Amino acid sequence: MSTEYVRKHVAGRGIPVTGNDIDTDRIIPARFLKEVTFESMGEHAFEDAKKANPEHPFNQPVYKGASVLVVGQNFGCGSSREHAPQALMRWGIRAIVGGSYGEIFFGNCTMLGIPCLTISQADLEWLQKAVERSPKETVDVDVEKQQVRFGDKVIQARIPDGPRNQLVQGTWDSTAVLLEAGGAIEATAKKLPYVSGF
Amino acid sequence: MARTLLDKVWEAHTVRTLPSGQTQLLIGLHLIHEVTTPQAFQMLKDSKLKVRMPERTFATLDHIIPTTDQTRPYADPLAEEMAVHMIRNAKDFGVPLFDMATGRQGIVHVIGPELGLSQPGMTIACGDSHTSTHGAVGAIAFGIGTTQVRDVLATQCLAMAKPKLRQVRVDGALAQGVYAKDVILFIINQLGVKGGVGYAYEYAGSVIERMTMEERLTVCNMSIEGGARCGYVNPDQTTIDYMRGRPYVPQGAAFDNAAKWWRSMATETGAAFDDVAKLDGNAIEPVVTWGINPGMSVGVSQTIPSPDAQPEAERPTFREALAHMDFKAGQPIKGAKIDVAFVGSCTNGRLSDLRAAAEVAKKGKVAKHVRALIVPGSQQVEKAAEAEGLHEIFKAAGFEWRKAGCSMCLGMNPDQLVGREMSASSSNRNFIGRQGSPTGRTLLMSPAMVAAAAITGAVADVREILR
Repeated sequence: MSTEYVRKHVAGRGIPVTGNDIDTDRIIPARFLKEVTFESMGEHAFEDAKKANPEHPFNQPVYKGASVLVVGQNFGCGSSREHAPQALMRWGIRAIVGGSYGEIFFGNCTMLGIPCLTISQADLEWLQKAVERSPKETVDVDVEKQQVRFGDKVIQARIPDGPRNQLVQGTWDSTAVLLEAGGAIEATAKKLPYVSGF
Repeated sequence: MARTLLDKVWEAHTVRTLPSGQTQLLIGLHLIHEVTTPQAFQMLKDSKLKVRMPERTFATLDHIIPTTDQTRPYADPLAEEMAVHMIRNAKDFGVPLFDMATGRQGIVHVIGPELGLSQPGMTIACGDSHTSTHGAVGAIAFGIGTTQVRDVLATQCLAMAKPKLRQVRVDGALAQGVYAKDVILFIINQLGVKGGVGYAYEYAGSVIERMTMEERLTVCNMSIEGGARCGYVNPDQTTIDYMRGRPYVPQGAAFDNAAKWWRSMATETGAAFDDVAKLDGNAIEPVVTWGINPGMSVGVSQTIPSPDAQPEAERPTFREALAHMDFKAGQPIKGAKIDVAFVGSCTNGRLSDLRAAAEVAKKGKVAKHVRALIVPGSQQVEKAAEAEGLHEIFKAAGFEWRKAGCSMCLGMNPDQLVGREMSASSSNRNFIGRQGSPTGRTLLMSPAMVAAAAITGAVADVREILR
């Protein structure tokens, strides 16, 4: 696997999006899903939320160029639309740090090589405020060591072993890995009564 | 050691353990639709890959199709383009497509079980979060993103970690006017919208066991709303009776063998769970959501809760919800004025849902200020409802009788809220902007409660109307 896929470590300026249960409809409303490519998604990240709230972080020039999103609990819940992580990625997000994630969103991010790390509620509140205070400072996301560093502070983070290994090994773009199983795929299918016709 | 359905299905579909430690899991049924697949097919074309098992892949059109005039080309050029891509990709890659001409088109989570494509003991994937629906027949079914759709198309497999398992037991008896929708909304309220993250839900207990298959489909459908990527009910006699005679289910001796295998996949007595949650079915009344996620709900006789009564971390979301909905803490939900009523979706667009709504529609006329839509979940549901005359009941009461599709559940077709409209909806999500208007508002409830709200013009207690 080429080293360009390895995501041991991601660092960049932070952007905090506060609040819990921010669903994927909020990240990208359904009307922008009527596209046969993902190319234009970045323009529409948080579109309605931005319109409703001029103070929304995605409206603020100070966060332009940020690449580490700092979120609350259950971020990306709801719809499976990959358009949501695609929109964030195309806006510039390379890693997410937060309290917890909608599971399908988490999986979609991993498939795009975007690590989503989990930190405690106290730490995420601290980090969101710290990033607000020092938006030019780098948030250092160490996927391998499961740590988030900001200034002098080292925050313990978690990412489940499977996705961590995929990101650290550079095997998150999984088609090639799955294809390696070769004939074992058909062999597994043949053993299933509903495939063989009972 | 006694094993669960999850254990058995997972083991039977394991191809190998991947270097990452995840399982390479074979997907027995891959359902696809027009919105989350064009990019996946393009990736396949770019890599010169084929669909690995086109015979285990089935396509439909549901999210973007209009429910009034369905003649092609569609009035919305973007919707037309998505349809064109789905039709072309199905043809190019040899995937069967249930389009309008087949008489089998419909919402992917309605037609899967209806056609007998979704069967007990299977793994099922689809680029849609409500794939959890299919767990009702005793399958492990989950939603995936588009890049994962590419993986399933190309390899018939996914890289997955086995989830933990929580048994959600609902015992007791449901009161009149309380439906499967109320049960799942109650479960989500009690266990939380993120309570199921990392878990599969096994629904059990006397309330679930007594449910018909269509009721179980409603419950499993909203597993994802509780954070659980999949939820299932163990196969039993109800399952076997439901499967018999469906187009893609084997017949004769093969059916008997199938039924035997299906039963053998059920969780065994004494099996251990990572967690068990017990809920009292007797305590459930018709449920209505008042907020901006499906866990923010109350019984119809109750009042909207105060943010101050919530844990501190939850308070901002509660305040945001009250502001968006224009509700006040302490206000009764009953009597909240509505503008739109919607019966349909993969949650509640099946024949039994339309029957329940029609029972209520018989009792009155849609309030003058309310726009009311009935959208069957599939062409077959539409046909069966018309054979019973349900469409006449709805039309006589002032409801619009539409064609099958996802419709106002997510407003990707012309069926959308306008401005601040308040919708009483039998769908699954009350997220901000969900029903097509960025400022629109959604109250989730059962189809009977939607019909009750439609004829009352405001949130009403269906038990008082049915009495």
